[in-house]
Amino acid sequence: MTFDLEFFNIGYLDTLSYRNSFVHRLDPRIKIIVSLIFILFVVSFPKYEISSLLPFFFYPVFLLTAGNIPLKAIAKKIFFISPFAVFIGIFNPLFDTGTMYTIFGVPVSGGWLSFLSILIKYMLTVSTALLLIAVTSFPGICEGLERLKLPKIFVIQLLFLYRYLFVLLEESLRMMRARDARSFGKRGKEIKTFVRLISVLLIRSIERAEMIFRAMLARGFRGEIKVLRRHTVNAADVLFLMISFTMFYIFRSYHVVNIMGAAFSTVLR
Amino acid sequence: MHMADALLSPAVGGAMWAGSLGTMIYCAKKLREKMDEKMIPLMGILGAFIFAGQMINFTIPITGSSGHIGGGMILTVLLGPYAAFLVISSVLVIQALFFADGGLLALGANIWNMGVYPAFIAYPLIYKFIVGRNSSTKAITIASILSVVIGLQLGAFSVVLETRASGITELPLNTFVLLMQPIHLAIGLIEGFVTAGIVIYVRSLRPDIVENLEGVKTLSTGMSLKKVVIAFGVLAVVTAGALSWFASTRPDGLEWSIEKIYGRPEITGKSDSVKEAAGKLQEKTAILPDYSFSSKGGEEQRPAWPAVDTGTSVSGLLGGGLVLLLVVVFGMGIRAMSKYRART
Repeated sequence: MTFDLEFFNIGYLDTLSYRNSFVHRLDPRIKIIVSLIFILFVVSFPKYEISSLLPFFFYPVFLLTAGNIPLKAIAKKIFFISPFAVFIGIFNPLFDTGTMYTIFGVPVSGGWLSFLSILIKYMLTVSTALLLIAVTSFPGICEGLERLKLPKIFVIQLLFLYRYLFVLLEESLRMMRARDARSFGKRGKEIKTFVRLISVLLIRSIERAEMIFRAMLARGFRGEIKVLRRHTVNAADVLFLMISFTMFYIFRSYHVVNIMGAAFSTVLR
Repeated sequence: MHMADALLSPAVGGAMWAGSLGTMIYCAKKLREKMDEKMIPLMGILGAFIFAGQMINFTIPITGSSGHIGGGMILTVLLGPYAAFLVISSVLVIQALFFADGGLLALGANIWNMGVYPAFIAYPLIYKFIVGRNSSTKAITIASILSVVIGLQLGAFSVVLETRASGITELPLNTFVLLMQPIHLAIGLIEGFVTAGIVIYVRSLRPDIVENLEGVKTLSTGMSLKKVVIAFGVLAVVTAGALSWFASTRPDGLEWSIEKIYGRPEITGKSDSVKEAAGKLQEKTAILPDYSFSSKGGEEQRPAWPAVDTGTSVSGLLGGGLVLLLVVVFGMGIRAMSKYRART
């Protein structure tokens, strides 16, 4: 149950997104675009690359700290949900056993290198996705998506989905509590009970949709949702876009880590 | 079976994004043609229902472990393929943003794997084909199980292809297939059984709901089987072609070993015109031609990993530590600055 609660604890990220900071105020379109560019740059590295990926941690750390997001919230999420990439990546050390490196006398196989590379890429991309929502808010993302010309109907129903997500989650939590109260040990969780429970939830959801639709019609709904405040692209947005892109480009095309390491060791000497 | 960003190459991720985005726009256009505005809140709420429904767990027979529904097929049966595809995409968008399931680049692949197959292959070709003539309990059960199983099998196989084409995993293709397909067969059987149960039970409790939806749905389901089959034939050929091309530009394990032997990524003297033309086209259109940002033919110029001598590897370790330290200092600096600003 703790896993489920952690998994569905999406209200918390939502509350974070209503803070006010430099990154919160940026235009959602810019944030979506920069995050996508970031991810493209990160995954464009060859599979044995490790050290060149490290400078890219600047971007999530910037979002985290400038957005005043607690590190624990993001770290916990990354830790809890990491199955697929790890599951597939863990086979690399088994199949790719050729030694590529010897670090302090310990041979390191290509498989371990590529596995580590997958893990780092995983951390970078996943934390960026989580931070994007934490510094933008879901309605903000939807506004950005709509203005990036995604189909309107898709965006509107996405807003609906989000708005009623919490209502329906509470409904299903109530149903689960009722089921737990009425059943002992392993009973109550058979497929047969489950099918009936979820069917009832489905019927309630559809009935709710009908009520909402009538309420919307009463308030003059004509197929689109109007918002009061719209973001505009201003100088800060353009600057953010240009600086981030330049940084990513430098990190990608120059081996920053090696250059710095070499400089550092000459200084040491 | 959510794909992760870390397992994708930019080209494969981008190609899957293009495919999914195209399908989304197509669906939205189809829905707009004969739109019933009632569909909008219904779509949103059924999307929320999928999340809420996933909270309720059940005991999986035989193994005794706990499971929850996926729900793609239920959506398709209730809403029809176009609306269902958009709702499945929305569910995946929220999973990617809030749960870090997959990732933003992998979202395209995930929408394709979990949306296109149930909505546009399993539903029209299997479910409708069986239930269209005879909507008895037995027919619904068979149709649900078959369509869910086939949808999931196709999706799982796509995951294998996409990962392989990205060249990140070392898993041999047949091992990978043997890992993925049986697991998803088991999942599919249970999911299909549950889907059938829900459709039948809802119909017995509130036949009007299913019929009403049937009415809403037929407004937006005017597609012919022939068109679907032709479209998917074309798509399959294009995707297969694109994926194999992308795969071959990637120096995978085999090419890497060739590189070691010959000192060049490919044995020269072998080039066919199709590949060349495709390459030219890709170079013109792609944002990231051949993955390499630095320069054309970067593979040859960049020193291969094994050639790194100990001197540079030490400086690599040193520099890596330094950069990480800088990242931490940078973060702490911004934190301190905003705290200072909040106080004054």
